[in-house]
Amino acid sequence: MAVTRDDVLRVATLARLALDEARIPALVAELNGILAHMEELSAADTTGVCGISGVGDAGLPLREDSGPQLSLATSRESFAPAMRDSFFLVPRLATHGDSADEVP
Amino acid sequence: MSAAPRAAAGAEPVQYEMVVGLEVHVQLKTRTKLFCGCPTKFGALPNANTCPVCLGLPGTLPVLNYAAVQLGVRAAHALCCAVNDLSTFARKNYFYPDLPKGYQITQYERPLAECGWLVIGKNPDDTPITIGVTRVHLEEDAGKSLHDRYRGATALDLNRAGVPLIEVVSEPELRTAKDAGAFLRVLKQLLEYIGVSDVNMEEGSLRVDANISTRAAGDTVLGTKTEVKNLNSFSAVERAIEAEFARQQAALATGTTVEQQTMLWDAAAGEVRPARSKEDSHDYRYFPEPDLPPLVLSQDWVRKAKEELPELPSAKRTRFAKDYSLGDADIEVLTANIALADYYETVARGHEDPKSAANWVMGELLATLRATETPITAFRVRPIDLARLLDLVRAGRLSHSAAKRVFANMAETGDRPEEVAERQGLLQVSDDGAIAAWVAEVIAESPKEWERYRAGEQKLLGVLVGQAMKKSKGRADPKKLNQSFSARAAG
Amino acid sequence: MTDAATPKAAVPAGRVGAYPDAPDAVARAFDVMRTTRAAEADGLNLVLWYDREHAAKAARDVQAALDEGQDLGPLAGVPFVAKDNIATLNLPTTCASRILAGYVSPFEATVITRMERGGAVLVGKTNCDEFAMGSSTEHSAYGPARNPLDPTRVPGGSSGGSAGAVAAGIVRVALGSETGGSVRQPASFCGVVGVKPTYGRVSRYGLVAFASSLDQIGIFGAGVDDAATALELVAGRDPLDSTSADIPVPRYREAAQRSVAGLVIGRPKEYFPPSLDPRIAALCDRALTRMRELGADVRDVSLPHTDLAVPAYYIIAPAEASSNLARFDGARYGRRVPAAGLRATYEATRSDGFGSEVTRRILLGTYVLSAGYYDAYYKKAQEVRTLIAEDFQMVFASGVDVLFTPTAPTTAFPIGAKVGDPYAMYLSDIFTVTANLAGIPGMSLPIGRVDGLPVGGQLLAPHFDELTMFTLAYNLERVLGQDAHR
Repeated sequence: MAVTRDDVLRVATLARLALDEARIPALVAELNGILAHMEELSAADTTGVCGISGVGDAGLPLREDSGPQLSLATSRESFAPAMRDSFFLVPRLATHGDSADEVP
Repeated sequence: MSAAPRAAAGAEPVQYEMVVGLEVHVQLKTRTKLFCGCPTKFGALPNANTCPVCLGLPGTLPVLNYAAVQLGVRAAHALCCAVNDLSTFARKNYFYPDLPKGYQITQYERPLAECGWLVIGKNPDDTPITIGVTRVHLEEDAGKSLHDRYRGATALDLNRAGVPLIEVVSEPELRTAKDAGAFLRVLKQLLEYIGVSDVNMEEGSLRVDANISTRAAGDTVLGTKTEVKNLNSFSAVERAIEAEFARQQAALATGTTVEQQTMLWDAAAGEVRPARSKEDSHDYRYFPEPDLPPLVLSQDWVRKAKEELPELPSAKRTRFAKDYSLGDADIEVLTANIALADYYETVARGHEDPKSAANWVMGELLATLRATETPITAFRVRPIDLARLLDLVRAGRLSHSAAKRVFANMAETGDRPEEVAERQGLLQVSDDGAIAAWVAEVIAESPKEWERYRAGEQKLLGVLVGQAMKKSKGRADPKKLNQSFSARAAG
Repeated sequence: MTDAATPKAAVPAGRVGAYPDAPDAVARAFDVMRTTRAAEADGLNLVLWYDREHAAKAARDVQAALDEGQDLGPLAGVPFVAKDNIATLNLPTTCASRILAGYVSPFEATVITRMERGGAVLVGKTNCDEFAMGSSTEHSAYGPARNPLDPTRVPGGSSGGSAGAVAAGIVRVALGSETGGSVRQPASFCGVVGVKPTYGRVSRYGLVAFASSLDQIGIFGAGVDDAATALELVAGRDPLDSTSADIPVPRYREAAQRSVAGLVIGRPKEYFPPSLDPRIAALCDRALTRMRELGADVRDVSLPHTDLAVPAYYIIAPAEASSNLARFDGARYGRRVPAAGLRATYEATRSDGFGSEVTRRILLGTYVLSAGYYDAYYKKAQEVRTLIAEDFQMVFASGVDVLFTPTAPTTAFPIGAKVGDPYAMYLSDIFTVTANLAGIPGMSLPIGRVDGLPVGGQLLAPHFDELTMFTLAYNLERVLGQDAHR
């Protein structure tokens, strides 16, 4: 399962990372190098083994359907890059014509 | 995957059928969000209902709301699903500015509940039309992006981010747009009945996506499906399904393949068109949510939730027929929503004649609500007061037309029927002394008519009663007047 | 400076005012901090953010409370530092990343609240690998940190700044975080004590997530008692963290009074491969001999799936990281790099904001989760993780109380030695990642030196049995005495 240049570009698109053209060959090589070691995993016999994600078979603790609303020590404006009338502002999402911004 | 066109030369044109499945997102009626204590109330100032958790600030973690689990399980039971004793949460990863964490917490591999069904109507032969429910799962809502408020900028309001939803997924068993509409109407009624949601499409508490594919009638293999979004009313769902089916049929008939893609319904143009979407938007990279251990529900708890399920619409319809001897048409109207059904039932229980209660509720009451655009929950006439009003009519203390006037006033003031009738002087007088006095006056003033009546001219009774009514300014009980005149004629 | 790392006499439990005057203690912390900045051309670069005024005021408030007779416990007036990925109200929380430059969290981590409730005073936020991804504290947007014992070498990582701050004598107690060994390995490199509690023992609320199923806040101490005291204070159920365990917290400091006689210590052969530096193996065996002399029973054991730990870890951790770091998009907080349109802004913000190691791991993690690869990589790695956890369960079920191993295969390496080879860097974690994968507690404590550089011995215990781990640690620290530091 060798990682190709196209794989790296596809994954970078998914992760919203713009890669420097000059760095791409090195990244392809690095990822292949790392994933080559991962091939050891495929040799392990995991027949009938369930995966775990974290520990804690104690189940999920639940909260009551009530507050308090967790507070913010400083205003949203203090950490937001751009706000107006209490809205967070981001550059306009293209809703027509621009194929770069997709609808989820 | 795609159904090949089968138009052989000279053969009958191919008949196509649509295969439709629905994904319905329903906002649960909790006080606080799914994973934090922020209020879910609609209409707050932008971003006022946000905290570090639902803003996705670095270092925050989700904690699941018990009430959301409770309501989700209740919905699952109402949809006859098997509730999983262990269900898991997962992350659905995609970038969108109103998705604060860059992933949505949802359920994927093991949903809350699976394998249910919903009866959406009857076939001509009276057998039920049953549509399978694939799954019911819990997930969080995203915020709102406003694209037209400011020039060149998208404004984000994250008040809705983290609000609890259930997603109800139907099996691809719907074969007509009408059935899809029926599925939604029945589902909406059901969820409203059991109190899990306001199911208000205008406020966005119910949202629908439709998966549609087309195949030659009789084929068993499914065609390539498209997903149609931006459906903001039940009729939009029906029209969009028809439009997409037509588009797919045309494509297949000309030998073009249907592409798997997301389509948007354009209500103004009455057509569906492809959403601009890249392939990558479908690679959601689901994996188990490490911040939430599996949700474990004990069998006892699940059983108890089922026992506590409120009466479902079908059961209520059967009971109304039995308890109140109502016809199907009346029952359909009265059980349309839980608030109306509850209202009717209180009136019917407070008054001797359930049929007349039904007539009033379906007649005067619904007309008034429509005319004043009032939801029944905000209606000022308490059901017990309507029952009292009907009692007065039945006891002969109010004429039917006077009762209508009293009702109109009650709707405005919220006052009790006796008070209103008294205030407006509409209570019928059936006191024997007063009746006798009016009768005596009329006899004295119209001796000729009286004599002719006594001689056997029955039709003159109406004239005499009319005169007496006038004297009483309409308050006399006409029945009593009748009785009084005929008694004196006989005596 | 090495003197500061030498354990002093254990502080008596619960006695108010056992530490010197709080404002004094904090002032001394800042004085030492200043020397670490001035030491070399660019200093040791251990502490990124501090506010002397604010800390001095906090110290005065604590002292006033103590003077009024309030019993705040054994950490009252004690200065501490926290890794820069733990949210604090008054100092920035940047995760040593450019993408969070200048970001001050509007809420604080549960561990900070608990430390401050106990009267401890935060004096600085420490340098680390960006988003805790690294084993050397070289991958910091604010420049590499240096090892106080040899400034040409790394302090280890990713919590290198916290380990170094204890080694340099700035503080006796520091908070760090672990995902694959980021507390134990730098503790080993800097000659201090580093504890990774059981997953779920300490709330993660306010710890900026790297790999949520592996992350755990850890504690550095100049000595075992410092670490035990701080853990006792911060451990326990937190309603804001669904993975925090509702299990009572024992009095860890009571372990100081316990004996190791009869304790069964396992020596897993996979952690002593033939390739291991024989001098490190010899120091481990010296420690085991001392334990045997105190009545412990040492057994050879095997954890057969150990070799698979690094590969499994480097699937799971990047996968979770790729998701956890999606929130850094410049929309609601952090640094935004404007560009034409939303998508271009996302890409500019993230490409400019993340360093090379973070970018590499996001790409790797996105790849292994993407359609068609999930089963081969992520799912398989989680299954292997089960095998690794079962290895430990079986050994502990066989009567072994604690495992003893080297913490890291090497001592602190020179700055720049491994940055060019990601996989070589990943192998620094070879003995530590297993505990994160299995969720068990582990700690590193100094057991001697090789070429003047500290070597750490690692203790691994069953879930939630930190008490037994501390029992062994207190005894080992006592019996090794100054041998642990030479």
